[in-house]
Amino acid sequence: MSQDFLNKSIERITSLISDEMNFEVDKYNQPIVTLPADKVHMVITELKTNWGYSYLNDLTGAHYPNNLGGEYQVIYHIHNLLENVRLRIKVNLPKDTLQIQSITDLFSGANWMERETFDFFGIQFISHPNLTRILNMDNMDYHPMRKEYALEDETRKDKNDTFFGR
Amino acid sequence: MVKIEQAPEGLEGQGFFATSFDKVIGMARANSLWPLPFATSCCGIEFMATMGSNYDLARFGSERMSFSPRQADLLIVAGTISKKLGPVLKQVYDQMAEPKWVLSVGACASSGGIFDTYSVLQGIDNVIPVDVYVPGCPPRPEQIIEGILKIQELARNESLRRRNSEEYKKMLESYNIETV
Repeated sequence: MSQDFLNKSIERITSLISDEMNFEVDKYNQPIVTLPADKVHMVITELKTNWGYSYLNDLTGAHYPNNLGGEYQVIYHIHNLLENVRLRIKVNLPKDTLQIQSITDLFSGANWMERETFDFFGIQFISHPNLTRILNMDNMDYHPMRKEYALEDETRKDKNDTFFGR
Repeated sequence: MVKIEQAPEGLEGQGFFATSFDKVIGMARANSLWPLPFATSCCGIEFMATMGSNYDLARFGSERMSFSPRQADLLIVAGTISKKLGPVLKQVYDQMAEPKWVLSVGACASSGGIFDTYSVLQGIDNVIPVDVYVPGCPPRPEQIIEGILKIQELARNESLRRRNSEEYKKMLESYNIETV
């Protein structure tokens, strides 16, 4: 990994949005940038078009129910294949406004990933071409990866201790 | 030594043999089951071993796997069926012609198994009727053969009128399967 190139990219992001970003590295020395939701599309556009971050490794979501005001998170993993620099971009979203700009106009591969994130966490991606469930049943009326359900359904009668030894 | 299926009970005399259709047709059906393997996971691998030369399911007349439901008469469901796959399984069952039997192989197909979760069907008998359950996670090929022998026993002793009976129609209707 080119540390120099990474530092320059971070500087560029800082110059775009000076005070609203947070930069850190995790214990594996992977760079993480935390951005506000309304700036993420602009930053990823800049990183893709001018900084060679041309590959979207992954786009996913997370739920931290105790992180008040930023209960949900959208995480982008982007990769500069020439410099071999990976960058993780995190966006915290409050539970009342689970909305973020879609990046399907930049990366076509984000289409299904955003649908999956919507399916499991209920995060709305604005201007996504077809934001419907992708993995779960179409008639499902909840978002199963949210940490707000009991691990076991107490009301179920079809599996009880007699046969299943709980 | 090769063991050949013996003739059913009947009246025997010089130059003739009389028995009931029930027995002859049951014998023919039992010894020429055409299975449709609906294999989704590790139970499917065990089923492949069952079909393979070591265990050789063909010894029991199930030589020919049918990968079209139209020509199959035994549906072998081996593996985890997610809720999203449930309607597909039901459609496959619908497309099979009568008489048809269903063998549920393994814990997942029979009860959801370890996948007690939002996305997995808790037993295929929520969607289609099942004749024989094979326990195990996954079951050994011997157990699957035992299950198929049990299906053969059902096929051999089934009355020819059973599929036309009111009870059978009611049973299918309880699964919301259309009857003609």
